[in-house]
Amino acid sequence: MLDKNGIAKRIAKEVKDGYYVNLGIGIPTLVANFVRDDISVEFQSENGVLGMGPFPYEGDEDADVINAGKQTITTLPGASFFDSATSFSMIRGQHVDLTILGAMEVAENGDIANWKIPGKMVKGMGGAMDLVSSAEHIIVAMMHTNRAGESKLLKACSLPLTGVKCVKKIVTNMAVLEVGPDGFILLERAPGVSVEEIKAATEGRLIVDGEVPEMNLD
Amino acid sequence: MIRKTVSNVEEALKGVKDGMTFMLGGFGLCGIPEMAIAELVRLGIKNITCISNNAGVDDFGLGLLLHKHQIKKMISSYVGENDEFERQMLSGELEVELTPQGTLAEKCRAAQGGFPAFYTPAGYGTEVAEGKETREFNGKMYVLEEAFKADFAFVKAWKGDEAGNLIFKGTARNFNPCMCGAAKITVAEVEELLPAGSLDPNQIHVPGIFVQRIFQGKGYEKRIEQRTVRKRD
Repeated sequence: MLDKNGIAKRIAKEVKDGYYVNLGIGIPTLVANFVRDDISVEFQSENGVLGMGPFPYEGDEDADVINAGKQTITTLPGASFFDSATSFSMIRGQHVDLTILGAMEVAENGDIANWKIPGKMVKGMGGAMDLVSSAEHIIVAMMHTNRAGESKLLKACSLPLTGVKCVKKIVTNMAVLEVGPDGFILLERAPGVSVEEIKAATEGRLIVDGEVPEMNLD
Repeated sequence: MIRKTVSNVEEALKGVKDGMTFMLGGFGLCGIPEMAIAELVRLGIKNITCISNNAGVDDFGLGLLLHKHQIKKMISSYVGENDEFERQMLSGELEVELTPQGTLAEKCRAAQGGFPAFYTPAGYGTEVAEGKETREFNGKMYVLEEAFKADFAFVKAWKGDEAGNLIFKGTARNFNPCMCGAAKITVAEVEELLPAGSLDPNQIHVPGIFVQRIFQGKGYEKRIEQRTVRKRD
């Protein structure tokens, strides 16, 4: 079973040379730490920066340079700042190659829910609806089950949707899955996790075709 | 040169009234019009509708207006950092319209550019699209979203000149340029106001035609919401 860093490490392998990538808050943010340093990648933050770098050194933080999580950040050579409409033109216009975000639920048809739990405080969708409705490649980073141990990979989402039929790939603490026309296709198992365990933790239709390899995290 | 300068924030906000709709720039507390917000609090006008990506924190930004119960309705994409906001929303005192962030920006830009509405894929198939016209283009579904209508836009820039030209710094740019010219009157506050001719025309982010009033603010706090640093090696 993987921890959050393990999930991020596996997702980092999906980031290809020349990609512009938008990282959501939470596990997706960790992906930046594991991207190979021999490829060229630029991270976009929807509040208006391309070419995000690491957090600033103590004393170097600038109130005017933050990410979408409102954290102080730095920029790398080649970075640019822009307004919010331009930022979402990059996203809606599919100029951003890959979106990595978290989810509360994903359905076997690719629906995603990650912004609202009815009856609880609603904080808002931020840029999530724009991101999931437009991105060509969306990877969901999440735990396979919720805190109550219930599956987050479902036949149909029970929570209000963020987007319909948009998720292509999911990386959890247990598995790598692809959303196919007939359900979740199991591509890889986390180290030490069996197909049976993944089946038991997946409520939606799970398609297992032949031998399922273990993830390679090196 | 058409001069846009006004001498202070009081003059800049002349004409604001109860029940009006305001656009306010900023993302979180970054790039918010601190002077305009403070003046709205001082004036005590009520029943206002605020179009702003976020709603500030309890004791800063739009949180100051919420605290005085001056806001009737918020149109935002994310409002998670504010306890008083939560209390007012759950008790029904405050009306909230949550809008996808890209749609929010485009509803400003549409108003600025003279488009009554536009189609976006964001929110299709979700509760955001309920009651809205949808249409298929090239095999994909889109939602019709209308441009905002607002009385005043309050924006904050880094540098500006007497002609109302603006330059922003870093991610403090965010929604500010999209809101300029998107309301009946745009009020720009700047950290540094310069004589016309001081700014390089090649470097202007927002041309002065979109700005009606400009003034220099004093004592910006520029509060950091999430100070995140790494240790020096």
